[in-house]
Amino acid sequence: MYDFAPFFLQNLNPLTMSLNRQDIDKIAQLARLALTESEVPAYVENLSRIMALVGELERADTSQVEPMAHPLPGQRQRLRADNVTATDSHELYQRNAPQVQAGLYLVPRVIE
Amino acid sequence: MTALHELGVAELSQALRTRTVSSVEVTRAFLARIDQHGQGLNAFITILHEAALAEAERADARLRAGEQGALIGVPIVHKDIFCTRGEKTTCGSRMLANFVSPYDATVVQRLRAAGVVMLGKTNMDEFAMGSSNETSYFGPVRNPWDTTRVPGGSSGGSAAAVAARLTPAATATDTGGSIRQPAALCGVTGLKPTYGRVSRFGMVAFASSLDQGGLLTHSAEDSALLLVAMAGFDERDSTSVELPVPDYVATLEQPLKGLKIGLLKEFFDDGLDADNAQRIRDALEVLREQGATLKEVSLPNLPLSVPTYYVVAPAECSSNLARFDGVRYGYRCDSPRDLLDLYQRSRGEGFGAEVKRRIMTGTYVLSAGYYDAYYLKAQRVRALISADFERAFHEVDVVIGPTTPTPAFELGAKTSDPVTMYLNDIYTIGANLAGLPAISVPCGLVQGLPVGLQIIGPHFAEPRLFNVAHRYQRETDWHRRAPPGFA
Repeated sequence: MYDFAPFFLQNLNPLTMSLNRQDIDKIAQLARLALTESEVPAYVENLSRIMALVGELERADTSQVEPMAHPLPGQRQRLRADNVTATDSHELYQRNAPQVQAGLYLVPRVIE
Repeated sequence: MTALHELGVAELSQALRTRTVSSVEVTRAFLARIDQHGQGLNAFITILHEAALAEAERADARLRAGEQGALIGVPIVHKDIFCTRGEKTTCGSRMLANFVSPYDATVVQRLRAAGVVMLGKTNMDEFAMGSSNETSYFGPVRNPWDTTRVPGGSSGGSAAAVAARLTPAATATDTGGSIRQPAALCGVTGLKPTYGRVSRFGMVAFASSLDQGGLLTHSAEDSALLLVAMAGFDERDSTSVELPVPDYVATLEQPLKGLKIGLLKEFFDDGLDADNAQRIRDALEVLREQGATLKEVSLPNLPLSVPTYYVVAPAECSSNLARFDGVRYGYRCDSPRDLLDLYQRSRGEGFGAEVKRRIMTGTYVLSAGYYDAYYLKAQRVRALISADFERAFHEVDVVIGPTTPTPAFELGAKTSDPVTMYLNDIYTIGANLAGLPAISVPCGLVQGLPVGLQIIGPHFAEPRLFNVAHRYQRETDWHRRAPPGFA
């Protein structure tokens, strides 16, 4: 039997599941997020706390349990007929684009 | 004579259809309220003075032509997570601060067709990630009951606007409690429907297996009226359910005799404020007097809902928010050196701290070598939590408990430690993990601040939730109380 908030707050061990600076750099790189130097220490601490919270999941015996794939039992992915349903609206959508030229999205040169 | 802004959806509907007032008059009254109080509360991101009055004129024309739709001419506001054609949809983020939606969300489209008037778009936690509305790029929303306190989140602007009588109703979304928690802290009625009941099309995605659109209103009756128009199958949402929408209003008055209520044992824990707990017991007494029976039920895995959520939600968020690349729409950094720099700095500068924290948490739990230990493990525990609820619903019709552990906390009180903030959603997350409908109704004040009673039902039991909430609200007047200074 587990308990609620007081348990978590009292028992989160900052040393378990702790992440270091290199971990944060790697995660940020994978997530394509540029972090400023001043942001990093807080993420090291916060993510370590979050992973300690997540570590509580180990308390549950899930050896006989299938992972839940959908919040509603018995629901399956619906398929539609393979017909054209959308019209070309690129001009409308590109009004929100940072940089567009001749109907194309502009990005920095990729191939030198 | 009651002022127009004091009226709820049902009362306004009645007044409009009997032509006691026009939609233009009603719309003007609420716009004036927004102009008077909206800025102080920071509840709005966009206010649509002209567009609203034009919609109101069209609604009046429909009413004059004898149309009888219950919502024609009723003003509402949308959480700024719902796409609104030709208007900004910012999701509370710098990333989308200048995004003008090319189309309407299904929710918006359906309510428009039903004749509602859109007054504006409400402030919210950035990308709906937060429990205090302090993560918004547009600044925090203030709780009208005490402006030094948070309104809750993520639908904080919608909840504050309804509570302060700036609108009779607001749309909102709930991924881990984002409708019910602000409803409780602002003293309004908040409905999170069953997963799949309301279309997610055009609702900016956070965690797709948990996100559900819903409502903030004064009463359950108002919520029922709006849900009839909002809910239903939509082929543009792949998880929309193909089930007919019941007439939620028709079953509101059913007697509660024989109703079996489960008292959620795990919710009455040490973390629950003693006065808050007493308000819940008082509310249960009101329901018992109407013939309901109470029985304690235990959901042993429910305490693991917060850790489960903080794997599943960030994992889905890291995937959903990968679309923000600084190329097709949204924020782009200045003078990128190369494509990688463009991606990284656009995202690093365009997202706020909480969103980045969740993207990184999600990226980590999904990264090579950790997927089984975290993501699959969490989905297994999610199955256990879901099964706990299913077992309970063999014994009882609904389960009841508090919506939050405490009334509204002070601005800044929980911003330093995200885990403390996350634990504030301890009572609401379970319903999202299991896809269940739940409603929070105001059930009293604790030191002058509102608290909420949460009623959770089996899948598609919205009629029952509305019925129980409505019968409770017939006997009590907590939902009619406006915050001092906003009457």
